[in-house]
Amino acid sequence: MKALLKYREVWLLAAIVVLIGLISMRFPGFAAPGNLRQLFNDTSILMILALGQMVVILTRSIDLSMASNLCFTGMVVAMLNAAHPAIPIPLLIVIALLVGLVLGAINGLLVWRLNIPSIVVTLGTLTIYRGATFVISGGAWVNADQMSPDFIGLQRAAFLGIPVLSWIAILVIALFFLLMTRTALGRSIYAIGVNPTASVYAGIDVGRTKFIVFCISGMAAGLCGYLWISRYVIASVEVANGYELNIIAACVIGGISIAGGIGSVGGAVLGALFLGIISNALPVINISPFWQMAISGSAIILAVVLNARGERRQGRIILKKAEAA
Amino acid sequence: MTDTPAPRHIPDRLDKPFNSAIFSWEALLVAVAVAIFAVNSFASPYFLDAWSLSDLTFNFTEKALIALAMALLIISGEIDLSVAAIIALASTVMGMAVQAGAGTPVLVAIGILVGLGCGAFNGLLVTRLGLPSIVVTIGTMSLFRGIAFIILGDQAYKGYPPSFAFFGQGYVWWVVSFELALFLVAAAIYWFLLHRTSFGRRVFAIGNNPVAAQFSGVRVGRIKFILFCLTGLMAGIASVLITSRLGSTRPSIAQGYELEVITMVVLGGVSILGGAGSILGVVLAAFIMGLVTFGLGLLNVPGIVMSIFIGLLLIIVIALPILWRRVRRERFT
Repeated sequence: MKALLKYREVWLLAAIVVLIGLISMRFPGFAAPGNLRQLFNDTSILMILALGQMVVILTRSIDLSMASNLCFTGMVVAMLNAAHPAIPIPLLIVIALLVGLVLGAINGLLVWRLNIPSIVVTLGTLTIYRGATFVISGGAWVNADQMSPDFIGLQRAAFLGIPVLSWIAILVIALFFLLMTRTALGRSIYAIGVNPTASVYAGIDVGRTKFIVFCISGMAAGLCGYLWISRYVIASVEVANGYELNIIAACVIGGISIAGGIGSVGGAVLGALFLGIISNALPVINISPFWQMAISGSAIILAVVLNARGERRQGRIILKKAEAA
Repeated sequence: MTDTPAPRHIPDRLDKPFNSAIFSWEALLVAVAVAIFAVNSFASPYFLDAWSLSDLTFNFTEKALIALAMALLIISGEIDLSVAAIIALASTVMGMAVQAGAGTPVLVAIGILVGLGCGAFNGLLVTRLGLPSIVVTIGTMSLFRGIAFIILGDQAYKGYPPSFAFFGQGYVWWVVSFELALFLVAAAIYWFLLHRTSFGRRVFAIGNNPVAAQFSGVRVGRIKFILFCLTGLMAGIASVLITSRLGSTRPSIAQGYELEVITMVVLGGVSILGGAGSILGVVLAAFIMGLVTFGLGLLNVPGIVMSIFIGLLLIIVIALPILWRRVRRERFT
């Protein structure tokens, strides 16, 4: 039990349970299984994005272009669907992943080959990708009536009582969990964040790994491009405007250190869930939605203050735990 | 962000002064500015007109004022993403004061003080609690704008006194607007502060190596705190200008300005890793961004397409010297 309390994910989970408890005191239906399932579904997209952002932040980089990437990819698949409704949806999802991958790879190449700080690169591509969305769409929207029923319906179809969107999120979470805990790449990502110089001497290609993490975050954004458009059934240049900071906020609340090397899949998921609960609960308990921004802001600051206390211990001994087990 | 530094190439002798002036960042920016100016003059017959050029300055002076302080902050190794939110909060509080019947001098004081207060709040969180500024200011960005949303909701404040309009709309002399004059004066002050005072040297020292600076007797925490206050102060001043120019306040005012301000600073040659940069570069970058947006505007290019040019400009201008250095190194080694 004491060992469990050391993990910040456990604390965050406890905070979420308390939060749900408090809300259900005001509104008893909130903790009902149906509503919790709905909550998970509503947060799925943010979870996937936060996981993509997490691997980037772990390597001491940052990807500010994710929301713009999402917007561009979403527009591409929406226009494809509107022009050629015959293209099967799984193929469109593959296209979304590929487009996202290419945009992520552009970020990654600039960071890897030219050694430009990632914050500068993605600040640039943030505006470029959103501008490119305007160029390909000519500023026009793709509306619900132009999208095929399958395009809109796939993620809403229920499988074992849970919407496909949630299943996709669960699948992505599982993949990221495997990546971070069971692969050499995951280990290198942590190593680079903890100590880039030592990683070089340990034989890790830091630049190439950074390139790969940007490809991963790009693919996550691309996948969410399709999911977002088919969920909110409108594709425009304004889609997810400013959302990049929500993604980072989810990571920060999830205990992922902006200085790199600290963070987990569970943290990113819980961080996203926390933000999702706040935005879902406010209307339910009759607080004006205008409070949402200030509340998430306070939550972010509180999370950083709490996390900073844990991070004072420099470095993390990864193998000790395995030894003891 | 703390990306891995590239292994440093140490030349046998320093560049000749002429060479280093020719290949300096500022020279590159001047060349870019002249090129854009020339292209614009050819592209649109309306460009070369004193009043057009004066209008041009309105679309960057407010952001550029913040960029001056932000440059110092980034040189010291910190960053402030909350500046646009500070503008929104300061503007909202000014709007409340108008409803309470405040006059122009009180409004200006309120705007500036709210900005200063927000900056001090950021500074306290970063220096007292030792938190990373990028995360703190993402949080305060939501908090400050969130408070503006709580106060205003979907409403707007109007009814600013007529004398208040001078700050954002008035002219000091012929085509020189108050905003432009204020920016030039502020740029001179910040140039002096950064390049001619011991305070400026300390800012560079902190950015290059905060630990070494601390052991050399530099009060790292206090200087960073002052820099956050200055950035908040400039955001407060910008808030007065924008509110005066628009004549109304909505909580969504100045949305997305923070990234434009940072783009301006980075384009101006300030290293995002801290420790290097100049005010001249930032001023040039501000004019370049103004020229690009205004020139494309005259050609009826929509704003969002202009942002592609700004983004490309940012990446190309940063990438060029890196590629150039790489080519030179390969030739000499």
